[in-house]
Amino acid sequence: MLRAARLRIANLRSRIAGPFELAIEVGECVAITGASGSGKSLLLRMIADLDPNEGEALLDGRDRRRFHAPEWRRQVVYSAAEPGWWGELPLDHFPASEHARVLALADHLGVAPERMRDTLARLSTGERQRLALIRALLLDPPVLLLDEPTGALDTTATACVETVLRERLAGGTAMLVVTHSDEQAARLGNRRFRMAERRLSPE
Amino acid sequence: MTPIILTIPDLAIAASLIVLDGVLSVALRLGLHRQLAIAAIRLVVQLVLIGFILRGVFALASPLLTLGVVLVMIAIAGREVAARPEQRLARFGNYTIGASAVAFATLLTAILALTTAIRPTPWYDPRYAIPLAGIVLGSVLNGASLALDALLSGVMQQRAAIEARLALGGTIGQAMRPLIRDAIRRALLPIVNQMSAAGLVTLPGIMTGQILAGMAPLEAVKYQILLMFLLAGGSGLAAVAVTFLGARRLTDDRQRLRIDRLTQKMKGHAA
Repeated sequence: MLRAARLRIANLRSRIAGPFELAIEVGECVAITGASGSGKSLLLRMIADLDPNEGEALLDGRDRRRFHAPEWRRQVVYSAAEPGWWGELPLDHFPASEHARVLALADHLGVAPERMRDTLARLSTGERQRLALIRALLLDPPVLLLDEPTGALDTTATACVETVLRERLAGGTAMLVVTHSDEQAARLGNRRFRMAERRLSPE
Repeated sequence: MTPIILTIPDLAIAASLIVLDGVLSVALRLGLHRQLAIAAIRLVVQLVLIGFILRGVFALASPLLTLGVVLVMIAIAGREVAARPEQRLARFGNYTIGASAVAFATLLTAILALTTAIRPTPWYDPRYAIPLAGIVLGSVLNGASLALDALLSGVMQQRAAIEARLALGGTIGQAMRPLIRDAIRRALLPIVNQMSAAGLVTLPGIMTGQILAGMAPLEAVKYQILLMFLLAGGSGLAAVAVTFLGARRLTDDRQRLRIDRLTQKMKGHAA
C-alpha cells in the first residue's frame, strides 16, 4: 500500500479561490510564487482552515474534519506575512517553560537576546517577522505554511532563516512556502508552483 | 407626605426661564432660539403625551397592556444599541443581539425587583412595573451599547492578534478572551463611576425626585441604593449577554474568526 502524503489537499475551494490540488511529502518543501493578490495567502489560510472553504485536506491520510479545528491548526501551522501580537513584550507570546528554547532559536535566527526584552513596538519589522517564525517553529508541527517568511529580511538574516528551515525539512517537516523571490523558491523548493488568478500551476 | 401639586401658572413662570434663554440667544447672536423653542415644545408635547398614556395604562391595569408597553420600550432601546457601533453584523445581527440582550437584562432585573424588594400587589402593577422597567432600561441600554461598540470596533483592531492565536492552535475562546474582557469592562465603568460619585458629586435623580415629592431623606436614600444596585446588575447582565452573543456571531463551527460577517456602516455622504 502506498504511504499517505504528509499533507494532501483535493478540490480545495472557496467562493473566490481554487479548486486546488496538492500533495506534500514528509521533509518536502513546496514553494509558491506569484503576483500580489493572486491568491497565495488565501491558499495557505484555506489549508489552515482560517477562512471558510470546502474540499478535502488530509494530514498523514487523516481528514481534517476528524480533527477539532484548533488541533488541526496546531498541526498545520500557518505563519502570516504580517504577524499579529497579543502582548507587549516578545516573551509574552511564549509559555514560560519555553523561554530558553525561544532565546536559542532567536540566536540562530540572528535576533540578539537583549532584543527579546524590548517592547515589540520597538523591534524592527524583520525582528518581529523572525519572532513570528519562532512561535510557529516552537510547536514542532508536522506541516508549516509560511507566508513570505523572509519578506522583511536582509540577505544575512534570510540565510539564517533558510538554514533553520532546512534543518526542519531534514527532520521531516513538510513545508509550503510562499515567496516573492524566485531565488529563494529555487533554493528551498523541491517543487515549485506559480499562483495566478487564484489557480495553482506547476513550474 | 403629600407632594406639592404644580399648577399651570407655576409651569408658566418656569417657562419664562426658557424665554430668557431665547432672549440671550438673540442678544448674543447664538442662533439657537428656533431650536430652543422647538426643543421646549417637543419636551412638553412628548411628556404630556406619555403622561396621558401612562394614566390610561395605570387605569386599565391590564397585565398584557403593561407587557406590551415594556416590550415597545425594549424594542426602541434594542434599536439604539444596534445603531451605535460603526460596524454592522450580517443578517441584522446588531438588532437581534441588541434587542435580545436588552430584553433579557431588563426583564430579569425588573422582575427580580418587583417580586422581592418592591413587591406591589399585584407585582406587575403598571404603576411600578413601567417606571422601573424604564429606569433599568436606560442603564441597560448604556451598558449594552458600550459593550457592542467595544466588541465590534475591537475585533477589527485586534484581528491580526486573534488570528495569530488561532493559527498557532489556540481555541477561539483563548483568542477572543482579551477582547471580550475589554468589552465588558468598558460597559461596566460608567456604572462603577456613578455609584462611587453618588451623593458626593451629584444627588441622584430618583432620590431628588422622591425628596421633592415629600419622602423622608433616608427613605429616599434606600430607594436610590436599591435602584443603583438594580442598574449595576442590569448593565452587567446586558454587557455580558451582548458580548457573548456578539462573539458567537463572529465565529463558526470551525472556530474561525468571521470578520467577513461585519460591514462598515454606510457614511451619510457615501456614494
